[in-house]
Amino acid sequence: MTRINENETNSAGTIGDQAAEWLLRQEAPEWLEKDQAALEVWLNESPQHLAAYWRLEAGWARTERLVALKPGRTQRDQTSSRKISWPVLRFVAAASIVIAVTFGGWYSWSTREVEYATTIGQRARILLADGSRIQLNTNSAISVSFGIWQRTVSLKKGEAFFDVQHDAARPFSVLAAGHRITDLGTKFAVRTSNDRLEVTLVEGSARLETVSPLVQHHATDLVPGEVAVATPSTIAVTKLPMHSLANALAWRQGQLVFNHTTLSDAAAEFNRYNSTKLVIEPGIADLTVSGVFDAGSVGIFTNMAKFAFKLRVEKQGHDVLMSR
Amino acid sequence: MVPAPAVKLWFVREVLPLEAALMRYLRSSYRNAGEAADLRQDIYAEVIASAQKQIPNTAKPFVFAIAHHIMVDRMRRERVVPMDTIADVEKLGLASESPPPDRIVIARDELRHLRAAIEQLPPRCREIVVMARIEGLPGREIATRLNLTDATVSYHLKKGMQLLVDILYGSAPHSEVPE
Repeated sequence: MTRINENETNSAGTIGDQAAEWLLRQEAPEWLEKDQAALEVWLNESPQHLAAYWRLEAGWARTERLVALKPGRTQRDQTSSRKISWPVLRFVAAASIVIAVTFGGWYSWSTREVEYATTIGQRARILLADGSRIQLNTNSAISVSFGIWQRTVSLKKGEAFFDVQHDAARPFSVLAAGHRITDLGTKFAVRTSNDRLEVTLVEGSARLETVSPLVQHHATDLVPGEVAVATPSTIAVTKLPMHSLANALAWRQGQLVFNHTTLSDAAAEFNRYNSTKLVIEPGIADLTVSGVFDAGSVGIFTNMAKFAFKLRVEKQGHDVLMSR
Repeated sequence: MVPAPAVKLWFVREVLPLEAALMRYLRSSYRNAGEAADLRQDIYAEVIASAQKQIPNTAKPFVFAIAHHIMVDRMRRERVVPMDTIADVEKLGLASESPPPDRIVIARDELRHLRAAIEQLPPRCREIVVMARIEGLPGREIATRLNLTDATVSYHLKKGMQLLVDILYGSAPHSEVPE
């Protein structure tokens, strides 16, 4: 056992404060890679730091669910009840919001496209000029195009979480897999893979509709807790219980949550985040696993599965083959 | 050396859920809430330092053995509390292994629990945590709205964060059993 240094002058209070400080800074949009490196250094200085930070981080993550308590925004109701609004007034109102949020706001008046992308295993937080926030999951790409009258984000691949500053005069829409999602004051996640689109609504409401002129027009309004799965020709909506919703969004903390998930589905999830790919032998694909994993820690997952199911785990080039 | 993510995962999933029980144990000998929190921090640090070498098979007896050890050590040094006031770990019946609760199943009333936790925060703290966490406002905007400095908002947010986490893990002073 490592002895704790008796001369340790840091009390739990001050280390706790430091951990809280790190955590708050990390949530801010100004957080950069060099800050992350500084945090790692601080964490590795002492198990005292790890203890305080891990505990606070895990506890604070639980409070993410509190957003569900948020009442409907009255601001939105005021804006939508004002049926006719003079363009200049809208311009002024929107301008004041942008300036309050960021000094870089002027750029948003001319429509220009800005692209953001993550590689496998990366995640990114983006603060837009209007105060809206986007979190990009692994291997994802978006392009953002803000004009005076509308804000458009195209999800080119992967998955993203949107926390939109609603502005009825300047609608926010996300284009993905042949569909448009229009914000009506919302937090939602969008994921694409091939032609399949999945929209998870956390808060507020949003409209999902097809945009391709080649298919029949479909549209549906989503309410919190609903997940819409859309293909080029269909939209299916199901309601998720709160805990499943939290699990589905665990990637925002770099976690994968499995609840009786088949081994093949779990492997597919891990493979989104890692360049080492898991390959599951067909005979064991239907075994189910439950647990919370760091998306980057494939080894922990394979070890667990190895012991739980007595599997063989072999490395073959860039692949890891799991078999009985 | 066990990789850090494995230690972290184990700590969050196996050790933190024991906190309410651990704090009850610490308070059985240490009445002062601040001292108990201090001890908890030392215990966690030692638990992590040990787990970095090898993660134990069962968390509960391991954590309580370290807690016992650290508490005895500290009391010996401080020569304040007679040794026999330390509750006997064996008597707590920790050796009997019950299966760990399934952490995937999040209690249906987690939200109610969270709401109750928020209610327990001091007023200013609560106001700021609600604005930050529920309304999702950035710190600067909260400062503007409440006419406070950034530093004050950050102070309350840090305090609120720690209090909230204490309440959620059953470590908060309010949960102390009165004599």
